[in-house]
Amino acid sequence: MADTSSKPDHFEVRVLRQDGPQASSYWERHRVRYEPDMNVISVLQRIASQSQTVDGKEVSPVAWECNCLEEVCGACTMVVNGRVRQACTALVDRLMAEQESDIELQPMSKFPVQRDLVVERRRMFRGLEKSKAWVTVDTYGPMGAGPRISQTEQENNYPLSQCMSCGCCLEACPQYTKVELVQGDSESDDAFAERQDSTFDGEFVGAHAISQVMLFNGHPIAKNDANERLDSLMAPGGIQVCGNAQNCVAVCPKEIPLTTSIARAGRATTVRAITKFFG
Amino acid sequence: MPNQKVMIIGGGLAGLAAAMKLAELGVDVDLMSLTPVKRSHSVCAQGGINSVNKQTRLAGDNEWKHFDDTVYGGDFLNHQPPVKEMTEWAPRIIDLMDRLGVTFNRTTEGFLDHRRFGGTLYKRTAFAGATTGQQLLYVLDEQVRRWQSQGRVKVYESWDYLGPILADDGTCCGCVAQDLATMEIRSFSADAVVVASGGCGLIFGRSTMSMVCTGSAVSRSFQMGADYGNGEFIQVHPTAIPGADKLRLMSESARGEGGRVWVPSTPQDSRTPRSIPEAERYYFLEDRYPEYGNLVPRDIATREIFNICVNEGLSVEQGRQCVFLDLTHIERSELDRKLGGILEIYEKFQGVDPRDHPMKIFPAVHYSMGGLWVDYQKSGSGGLQWGSPQNQTTKIPGLYAIGECDYQYHGANRLGANSLLSCIFSGLLVAPSLVEWLKIVPKAAADQPSSLYEAARQERQVRHDKLLNRPSGGENPYLIHEELGDVLTKSATVVRRNPQLEEGIDKVLELKDRAAACSLSDTGNWTNQNVVFTKALQDMFPLALTVLRGALARDECRGAHFKPDFAMPSLKCEEPGERIREAEAWCDRFEGNVDKWLKSTIATWQGDDVELSYEEVDTSLIVPRPRLYGLVGADVIEEVWKERVAKRTDVEATTA
Ligand SMILES: Cc1cc2nc3c(=O)[nH]c(=O)nc-3n(C[C@H](O)[C@H](O)[C@H](O)COP(=O)(O)OP(=O)(O)OC[C@H]3O[C@@H](n4cnc5c(N)ncnc54)[C@H](O)[C@@H]3O)c2cc1C
Ligand code: SF4
Ligand code: SF4
Ligand code: FES
Repeated sequence: MADTSSKPDHFEVRVLRQDGPQASSYWERHRVRYEPDMNVISVLQRIASQSQTVDGKEVSPVAWECNCLEEVCGACTMVVNGRVRQACTALVDRLMAEQESDIELQPMSKFPVQRDLVVERRRMFRGLEKSKAWVTVDTYGPMGAGPRISQTEQENNYPLSQCMSCGCCLEACPQYTKVELVQGDSESDDAFAERQDSTFDGEFVGAHAISQVMLFNGHPIAKNDANERLDSLMAPGGIQVCGNAQNCVAVCPKEIPLTTSIARAGRATTVRAITKFFG
Repeated sequence: MPNQKVMIIGGGLAGLAAAMKLAELGVDVDLMSLTPVKRSHSVCAQGGINSVNKQTRLAGDNEWKHFDDTVYGGDFLNHQPPVKEMTEWAPRIIDLMDRLGVTFNRTTEGFLDHRRFGGTLYKRTAFAGATTGQQLLYVLDEQVRRWQSQGRVKVYESWDYLGPILADDGTCCGCVAQDLATMEIRSFSADAVVVASGGCGLIFGRSTMSMVCTGSAVSRSFQMGADYGNGEFIQVHPTAIPGADKLRLMSESARGEGGRVWVPSTPQDSRTPRSIPEAERYYFLEDRYPEYGNLVPRDIATREIFNICVNEGLSVEQGRQCVFLDLTHIERSELDRKLGGILEIYEKFQGVDPRDHPMKIFPAVHYSMGGLWVDYQKSGSGGLQWGSPQNQTTKIPGLYAIGECDYQYHGANRLGANSLLSCIFSGLLVAPSLVEWLKIVPKAAADQPSSLYEAARQERQVRHDKLLNRPSGGENPYLIHEELGDVLTKSATVVRRNPQLEEGIDKVLELKDRAAACSLSDTGNWTNQNVVFTKALQDMFPLALTVLRGALARDECRGAHFKPDFAMPSLKCEEPGERIREAEAWCDRFEGNVDKWLKSTIATWQGDDVELSYEEVDTSLIVPRPRLYGLVGADVIEEVWKERVAKRTDVEATTA
């Protein structure tokens, strides 16, 4: 149990800030009063409310993203004391036990920074679109129940369906590199989004999307589109980019068996390639 | 009319269900959300979603019973036609979710597995591990992405809805919104706008809800003329884990599996909980409700826990209210087997193993039954007329509301696992209604003058600029939010008393003025979360006043609204004849109360405060009956009541 007597009155938080896209980043130090049961979110809330650095300088509140505060929405991913994770489950007591010194917060490095700790992760959702991560049904009308699914199948699929697109697996992956484009002065929002999408499509999709392909290819109805999904994994930016470093699986907060999915996808794409060659 | 478009505000279950159904019906959809839709609050729902199913049917269940449980649970304040329609559609909705790939838990034979939730005798609740809401939201998100890839749906993520745009004739023809990154304020034209923005828990400071549940979208619609229904009905969950940032839900199953609730007999005993001897522990639920013990229903558990901390001063901690929920007497292996998932949540967030240390819990605001007032068209069979443009429309023509932010389905109290259902149902229901509305819109949005859109945009821009340019040294919005939360939590959650409510209103009015004088610590125009929060804060006051004024006016107890000064009494007489006479009087009083208070509270915004009016509730299908839980003499009252109803139906039969 949190033993408050041995806790400091205050502690320091170092935040890597950035005022906008492409702006240079800088460290800023804040002092926060210790309270029991704090997590990094409540630390950031205190910082926002104080808007003052250690040296008493008035500053704008640090920007960050969050929503559920229960580690199910994936919004609050950031690099805490050098490790990519969710801010909402980063407990101050635990951080202090792990590392005596200050708490250090940085935005993820694989996504464009929008401001401070807020990054733009649209590329992940584009990856899901490219992978056709959905079940194609005839209609939303009443057509009776879905296919029967055994307990074993459910137990295999459920872990994969918990992916919350948080991005930890991509931050940790040596093969996943940042793509940051700048909107042209005369470029419309739509044209910019299109240019982004086509750039994303040529770059590595990452472990999360490969795992989603295996989820849908294992579903009795969704597997009708299995070949298209495999083809997307064989295109540039697909599974061949993965160097099998296995960093992804180590950081996934949902403990999704990503390397198992990658291995399965590897075998499936090989079979697909052979069939296509002889087909 | 060509090029018509619907704008949906919110990508939770309700908004996404509406978007995919509209897309299927061939309507172009814009969908706007504060967060990427996949990160909407619906992901938090753990428990499950209700419907009659094959297994419950074998046990004698049917749609009517689900309907009856829902209106009885709602203390008859729900209009009955929409509830009847929803419960009839429930099995088809589960089928659809199943076809869309939700990884529901399965039985040995591969059918959907179900569990039992409060307020019913049947195992109606389908679930996917401990993350049902997340799984449901994901399949809808996937479907909407599928339509997006076909260009039928366009998603605007990280946009803040600032309010509807009304044409000269008062019809909604679009909305104004702000990009959270660039801070650009833009007008969107649309032939209908659907608000699907979820609950408003944040007006209570902290709650079990997510951080974007500020009610801002609802309040902005309300301030533009959409009425608000049943605002005073707020569900409080008995067991949440108090956190510095959020109050996280601790599932009812912890008590179901033998958890005991207690406080040390000595206030704020400083010993470690496990070293406090049995004799010095007060198991107040077991003591006061020997029959039900720790498993009293939600509202009773909530009131008792609240009472022991607030009024009896027996909170476990100084300066923070909580009681112990103790599982340490149960075998570890048994706990792991039965409660593994939820105990991990406690461990993850508290850093403490609940198998070794009693959990600390306290009630928390959990759900808002009230919401934007919406209409419906009743069908011949007492349900709803599909495709009527009246379904789910607010007071403003062309502005619709669905999901947790409408007031329609849960009356005075929501049954567990009925909310995910009402969200998806209202989303699917509104789609064909919008198709019909599009056929009869008085004037296509595309034909409205551009000056209308520019004026609406300009108005919001002025408000924004004024806020940014406020002199420094004024009020701090984050601190005012804390104060607002404290006032509402004190006066309008578990136990409500008129003097406290009156005091609460005074304080809220004062805070409202102070919030208008906030200074921003960020005056820039790039991802300025400070200004977005301050606007949301200022827009909390109309809703806070709606809750308080509604609660003050309603001098009775109904569902989640508990006013001890107006509670129906237990029977006191011992002598059987006397007791029956007393029960008759009790039933007279109950009927009088039904006449007076079985009405929806309708709030209208008057520019600086709310005005209340009342609307009859459609109880045409099931006659309201008393909820007698925990009353002394309940059996006698029930007998008397049944006789009355029987007599009345006889009379109706003979006169018919
Ligand atoms: C902890 C918890 C557990 C629960 N468990 C269950 C359960 O087991 N079973 C059950 O039936 N119910 C449960 N509920 C209730 C249920 O989860 C919610 O009622 C439901 O998910 C609400 O869905 P929604 O679509 O109405 O809104 P939400 O999912 O809240 O979505 C609202 C959307 O509106 C957007 N939005 C809000 N404001 C704005 C704005 N100003 N501008 C633009 N967009 C905006 C948000 O970004 C979001 O996309 C639970 C609730 C909680 C808090
Ligand atoms: S296994 Fe592949 S996807 Fe995972 S971290 Fe390594 S390279 Fe990246
Ligand atoms: S696979 Fe895991 S780490 Fe990667 S996005 Fe999904 S939840 Fe996050
Ligand atoms: S806020 Fe949702 S995962 Fe942390």
